[in-house]
Amino acid sequence: MKSVPMWRRYSRLFGPDPAADVKDELNFHLQAKIDDLIAQGWSAAAARQEAERQFGNLRAVQEFGLRIGERMERRKRLKDYWNDSLQDVRYTLRILRRDPGFAVISILILALAIGANVSVFSVVNTLLLRPLPFPDSHLLMWIAPPPSDCGLSCATYSADAYEEFREQSRVYQDVTGYEAFTTPDNLRLTGRGEPESATGIEVIGNFFQVLGVQPILGRLFTLDESRGPHPIALLTNPYWRREFNSDPTIVGKAIELNGTPMTVVGVLPESFDFGAVFSPGAKVDLFTTLDLNLERDWGNIVTLIGRLKPGVSVAQALDDANRVAPNIYFNVKYPRTLGRYKGALIPTPLKDYVTGKLRRSLIALWCAVGMILLIAGVNLSNLLLARAVARAKEFAVRGALGATRSRIVRQLLMESLVLSGAGAAIGLGLALTLIRWLAHQGSVALPLLSSLRIDGQALSWTILIAVFTATVFGLMPGVRMATGNLQEMLKDSGPGAGLGLKHERLRAALVVSEIALACVLLVSAGLLLRSFVRVLDVDLGFQPERAASIKVDYDDNAPSEKARQAKRGEIFQQIIARVSALPGVEAAGISDYLPLGPNREWDTPVPQGKAFVPGEFPDPLVYVITPGFIRAMGMRLHGRDFTWSDGPDSERVVLINASAARVYWPGEDAVGKILMRGKEEDHVVGVVGDVHEETVEGGAGSQIYYPATQQGPSSAKLVVRTTLSPATLATSVLHALRELNPKQPAAEFRPIQSIVDHAVSPRRFFMLLVSVFAGLGLLLAALGIYGVISYSVTRQKQAIGVRMALGASASQVRRQVLGSALRLAITGVTLGTLLALAVAKLISSLLFATSSWDVPTYLGMLVVLLLVAAISGYVPARRASRVNPMEALRSN
Amino acid sequence: MDTAKLEFFRGTLDVLILKALVWGPLHGYAITKLIRRQSEDALLLEEGTLYPALWRLENNGWLEAEWGLSENNRKAKFYRLTPKGRRQLRHEVRTWEAYAAAVAKVLGATQPPLPEETR
Repeated sequence: MKSVPMWRRYSRLFGPDPAADVKDELNFHLQAKIDDLIAQGWSAAAARQEAERQFGNLRAVQEFGLRIGERMERRKRLKDYWNDSLQDVRYTLRILRRDPGFAVISILILALAIGANVSVFSVVNTLLLRPLPFPDSHLLMWIAPPPSDCGLSCATYSADAYEEFREQSRVYQDVTGYEAFTTPDNLRLTGRGEPESATGIEVIGNFFQVLGVQPILGRLFTLDESRGPHPIALLTNPYWRREFNSDPTIVGKAIELNGTPMTVVGVLPESFDFGAVFSPGAKVDLFTTLDLNLERDWGNIVTLIGRLKPGVSVAQALDDANRVAPNIYFNVKYPRTLGRYKGALIPTPLKDYVTGKLRRSLIALWCAVGMILLIAGVNLSNLLLARAVARAKEFAVRGALGATRSRIVRQLLMESLVLSGAGAAIGLGLALTLIRWLAHQGSVALPLLSSLRIDGQALSWTILIAVFTATVFGLMPGVRMATGNLQEMLKDSGPGAGLGLKHERLRAALVVSEIALACVLLVSAGLLLRSFVRVLDVDLGFQPERAASIKVDYDDNAPSEKARQAKRGEIFQQIIARVSALPGVEAAGISDYLPLGPNREWDTPVPQGKAFVPGEFPDPLVYVITPGFIRAMGMRLHGRDFTWSDGPDSERVVLINASAARVYWPGEDAVGKILMRGKEEDHVVGVVGDVHEETVEGGAGSQIYYPATQQGPSSAKLVVRTTLSPATLATSVLHALRELNPKQPAAEFRPIQSIVDHAVSPRRFFMLLVSVFAGLGLLLAALGIYGVISYSVTRQKQAIGVRMALGASASQVRRQVLGSALRLAITGVTLGTLLALAVAKLISSLLFATSSWDVPTYLGMLVVLLLVAAISGYVPARRASRVNPMEALRSN
Repeated sequence: MDTAKLEFFRGTLDVLILKALVWGPLHGYAITKLIRRQSEDALLLEEGTLYPALWRLENNGWLEAEWGLSENNRKAKFYRLTPKGRRQLRHEVRTWEAYAAAVAKVLGATQPPLPEETR
């Protein structure tokens, strides 16, 4: 093979051409053959014919060659691209190492933004997007009346209603329910060392079958086991592990609950978390069967949950429920209760019931992090632009050396990809930490929180936003840079060039948009914060500070109701006397119900001597209390408290709250009046201030208080008001209770404040997150302002030097630089305020007692932003004022 | 092209091409001439089938092609063995020899094999 002359090297000047290659190669073959044949004495025409004959099917070979050539060409291109990309990555890493400050700042910004986004995405995904953790969970329906302020009492049905509904409905595979009025620590586990308290829920036998939960050990309940007493229990997985050391032989063993032996029939899987779905923030230890026969006369106590037949729509289910409702009795013994549930059987998807209320908050949160991402992206753009100007000469040289524009853009894109990739990796780490922490926030009353995790979807989301950020925010500076005039850049890339000014205008626009977005975040966070403060300021009707409660075990077994009441009175009086004598205890009392718990109602008392129409008077919320409870809770009282002499045989007495008093005797003093419950007369001896029922935000309805010595409490919670912190009293109180009753379980001594905290925890959660995001947005905006002003000072160093040489004072220069920072801020704030007004309207449903036009919030935002702008402008301004005129003029 | 014939021929042709390039880069025509001369005109290959084989080998990474000038100054594509191709050649030669030896043993047998159970 001879060496190829220079001119031959350009035969493929316009890129590879496989077709021509194949043709040339085959032509050469034929030509060589013909030459040989002619040399052997063939004639020219005959030689050609012979050569072609010997070659065979020329066209087929040519086609094959073309196909294989194209394939090889494609592969080579791909390989080149990959090699170029690797080269770009190496080059990028080299460049970033040379400017670690820039790299660290941009990666950090991106990490924070991406971390926040991934975390919130995980929360949104778990709570809103992912189906509930049950098989075919879209078929599960929550059946309840339309929303009202009457609480759980109205969201439940009687045992008869459940059976009638189950019988008559045609759209469900099966219907089930659970007893809704269970309070924490309602059971006492004995026979295993010290008595322990546990939380158990009574469920209808087919509960787990309807949800589609399978036991990991033993069996589930059956529906028949809900008709009549069955001493059986199912353990939750955590309780089985914690309390029974994961005993594999537990099934069939008996455990003693409230003094009754119950046989464990099975253990539930770890994936089933009752609290996470039905009662956020609560932990449940075990399940027992609900005895429908026993509960028949107890009014509304069960919730309804149904599993639809496949293919049935929600609308069809509603039609069916409306068809069935008129035929349902509240209690079949009383024919007049037929049709009580008309219009009160509304099926909604269980998922909507569980997380529907959170949808708005979550979407708001998602938007907030979206804005953070935008701000971070704009910041990245800004930083890249600033660098691009400094690197103009580098690109010009590369361009002059033959790099195409697309090659340079690709290089810049690779840089932003590397940055956002690193940011995403760190952000993912941040999100992982945050999510793990959140998943263990059992006290936050948000559903499904414990199932939070970073999964494949979250990972894909991370990659998606990282690539999105890199492309959108990295491409703009890239394109701007690559389309600049080569010669222009080569000639003068120094400060003062026209290009720099143009870039500065673009960067200023970017900063203004950053500030505007930060504005929106700040206003939203401010409004939520003010709502939260307002919620905390709500007069709950009791004083949660320095009070704590503990569940008390007692045995009031006696032959008659009266004897039970008397015995109970004695026990309670003893307990209260003993606990009150403890040092540091200010007041003590017992109630069977604590505020901010689920609602519960008994009867409809009516004022004596008044004509009324049925339904005119409300069913009040019932407390059964002892003397001292009102004082221990720090409630306000007009009239007198119960005394121990209000016994089983004395006059029936009640306390009512102010709302009830207003309903029964508007404009009159209720003390001394009489309420009628059927034939029984209840003398109102006092009026208590309204206490918030289910939520802090919602108001108070009618409430009635009965003495524990005249009515049967469902349980006993001792409330203690202390002068010390409640935690220090925990052991002495438990000790005192144990002395009186050795069976007293080691229940938690729970501060009343924690009940309030639990009730406001979702609001606190969202407020906290949005505030953190607002802080982040503010920080990023400050960085943006600083970057632009600082750069413009560097660029104008010479001009500043000239002005100072001409007599401008340092303070004049400072003022001018600071002024330009504030101009940016004011433009941004103006735009941002307009934007914030619109956004505030959208989140107004999340606010509490705060208008979306809340002036202090807007003013606060204004002050904070201008202050931050002033500080971020001041640092470069000071640098500008220290410019040495001589030096500045001499340089460059 | 007669595909049945090509299929039969392909394995052999590949190893012949690889062998032909052991002594240095050659263009396609030179390869046909070399094979013909070395087999003393016993192996007459249809010249058209050579090129698809060459391209396939190139695609496999066993050959490398480069444009150059032939003895009489014509532009020609020269093929060269890659290290990978050299390894392939060694492997194919071994296979070929084992195959040929086995066939030779059978064809050269002078008596039927002994019955199985006696061995």
